[in-house]
Amino acid sequence: MNKLIQWVDERLPVVDAFERHMSKYYAPKNFNVWYVFGVLSMLVLVNQLLTGIWLTMMYTPTAEGAFASVEYIMRDVEYGWLLRYMHSTGASMFFLVVYLHMFRGLMYGSYQKPRELIWIFGMAIYLILMAEAFMGYVLPWGQMSYWGAQVIINLFSAIPGIGEDLALWIRGDYLISGATLNRFFALHVVALPIVLLGLVVLHILALHEVGSNNPDGIDIKKNKDADGKPKDGIPFHPYYTVHDLVPIAVFLAVFAIVVFYFPEMGGYFIEKPNFQEADPLQTPDHIAPVWYFTPFYAMLRAITFNLFGLSSQFWGVIVMGAAIAILFVLPWLDRSPVRSMRYKGWFSRGALALFAVSFVMLGYLGAEPATPIKTMLAQIGTAIYFGYFILMPFYTRMESTKPVPERVTTK
Amino acid sequence: MKQLLTVILAMCMPVVASAAGGGGNLDSMEPDLSDQSSLQRGAQIFTNNCMGCHSAEYSRYKRVAKDLGIPKELYEQNLIFTDARFGELMKIGMPEEQAASWFGTAPPDLTLTARVNGPDWLYSYLRAFYKDESRPHGVNNAVFDNVGMPHVMVNQGGLCAEPPHIGQESKVDPSTGEVVGDDICDDWAIEGSMEPEEFDRAMYDLTNFLVYLGEPALMDRKRIGVYVLIFIGVFFIFAYLLNREYWKDIH
Repeated sequence: MNKLIQWVDERLPVVDAFERHMSKYYAPKNFNVWYVFGVLSMLVLVNQLLTGIWLTMMYTPTAEGAFASVEYIMRDVEYGWLLRYMHSTGASMFFLVVYLHMFRGLMYGSYQKPRELIWIFGMAIYLILMAEAFMGYVLPWGQMSYWGAQVIINLFSAIPGIGEDLALWIRGDYLISGATLNRFFALHVVALPIVLLGLVVLHILALHEVGSNNPDGIDIKKNKDADGKPKDGIPFHPYYTVHDLVPIAVFLAVFAIVVFYFPEMGGYFIEKPNFQEADPLQTPDHIAPVWYFTPFYAMLRAITFNLFGLSSQFWGVIVMGAAIAILFVLPWLDRSPVRSMRYKGWFSRGALALFAVSFVMLGYLGAEPATPIKTMLAQIGTAIYFGYFILMPFYTRMESTKPVPERVTTK
Repeated sequence: MKQLLTVILAMCMPVVASAAGGGGNLDSMEPDLSDQSSLQRGAQIFTNNCMGCHSAEYSRYKRVAKDLGIPKELYEQNLIFTDARFGELMKIGMPEEQAASWFGTAPPDLTLTARVNGPDWLYSYLRAFYKDESRPHGVNNAVFDNVGMPHVMVNQGGLCAEPPHIGQESKVDPSTGEVVGDDICDDWAIEGSMEPEEFDRAMYDLTNFLVYLGEPALMDRKRIGVYVLIFIGVFFIFAYLLNREYWKDIH
């Protein structure tokens, strides 16, 4: 075995790579449970790739055969239902862990210098993930697949001038059709996963270059022992590989409970109208996106007024796009001298709490039919969402922060 | 520990949200897929009364027979009316265009109807027909207004002269002390061959069968889930102990 490794290592730096990224990658020893969601999203990614490959073997990517082939998987393929539920649950769980992972970043200032690129790669992953999930949801060719795609792609036609042509170009037809399904299949199964994997590699390479942040927001590389190892760091392997197994088991239990007992999750993970085959002539009563898109959908619908001679629909699209775009520049909005919420002032803490509450509220509102009161709440939520970012350069600079300790704190 | 708890709670949030959902004015129906004789009776009602017009084209006869414990010969003799073979999909002979001209709309495929509408809706809908001469088939439905479907089981279930009491709790009238709203219908236009309770039971069986038909793997997944969770539980114990061993010197 050793000889084999040596033989390979002389030709490919496997030992060096393993040491660099695992056994000699020093991670802060004070990680708390919030630091598990990165690993969990990798786990879900692997789940999506594996179950996805097997689903592809049985799925028919045509408008005529797609819906029936999904039911074929659910009924006639041995354990096909398990593959399908693992994939559909995985999609929702992917967003759940990614949202918690992003919240961790916000909480401990993981995007601050020198980790700006990690954050940007992470945001790119999030963006691709949204495209991947959206196109994947079209593939079962149910009513919500069809009409959800119709609503989202129609958003592009709100862009003045090129809008209609752009929407036509995306659909490949004048309405959502088999042509759309086929191209979404290609993108969902081949193109986007490749981009996603590439971005994940970049995300991790950038992380391992500058090192992990921690709940105290302290740079552990400032305190090194005689051997040049950070005093507050421990090798990722074996310490964190073993450490992560415990929450992974907890996560798998939650995952299994959903897959085996609540695969539709009351219509949140698989919407009920999606058990009806797509019918271009029959619009469902209430078209709602899947839960992970609802916060942005609520912001889109919150814009109900025309402005500067442009339609409210156009401004809705702009607001929705801006809500995602503004996340990319977050590293330059935070002017605080400290990273972690533990040492930031009360204003930052309050702002983050308010932001989190309004994001959840927007998520709820986006799944509901619009009423005047709900639209008003969505407008308030949208204002808070943008206020959190736009005001950040001011409140992070003005507030007084607490002194940051020299060494990390562990309980 | 407190943080771990918060995170677990956060991960469970969708479960709570889904458990809180409720329906409108429907009679509730708790499916029981372990009751094989109920499913068999439901399959019989479905084949005799529904499959004249409705297909179940994603399901196979063979699978239904196997899951419901019906022998092949018995199933072929009694529950396949077309020249379809045992292993084929449960399609019907009625052409869609003709059906659409007869009923205003083609009768939908029923394989997944329980997953679209839910068992409560189906159980209520099936018992909610009433006499309405303004409609083409002379009947309307209290759950599905202006429904295109005639009351197929009128001979068994009878026909109410007014909208039946669906989703209403029976109450005691304070002045007379009589129980009001206990029966599904106060005034029958046509008496059925079955007692109302008997017909309710039949519709329960039919709904139960439709729930099965919507997801034949339902019982399987609930059974397998237990073993998967036990496995994860054992894995958790080992992971926990391994972690404790490795981390005991880290302070």
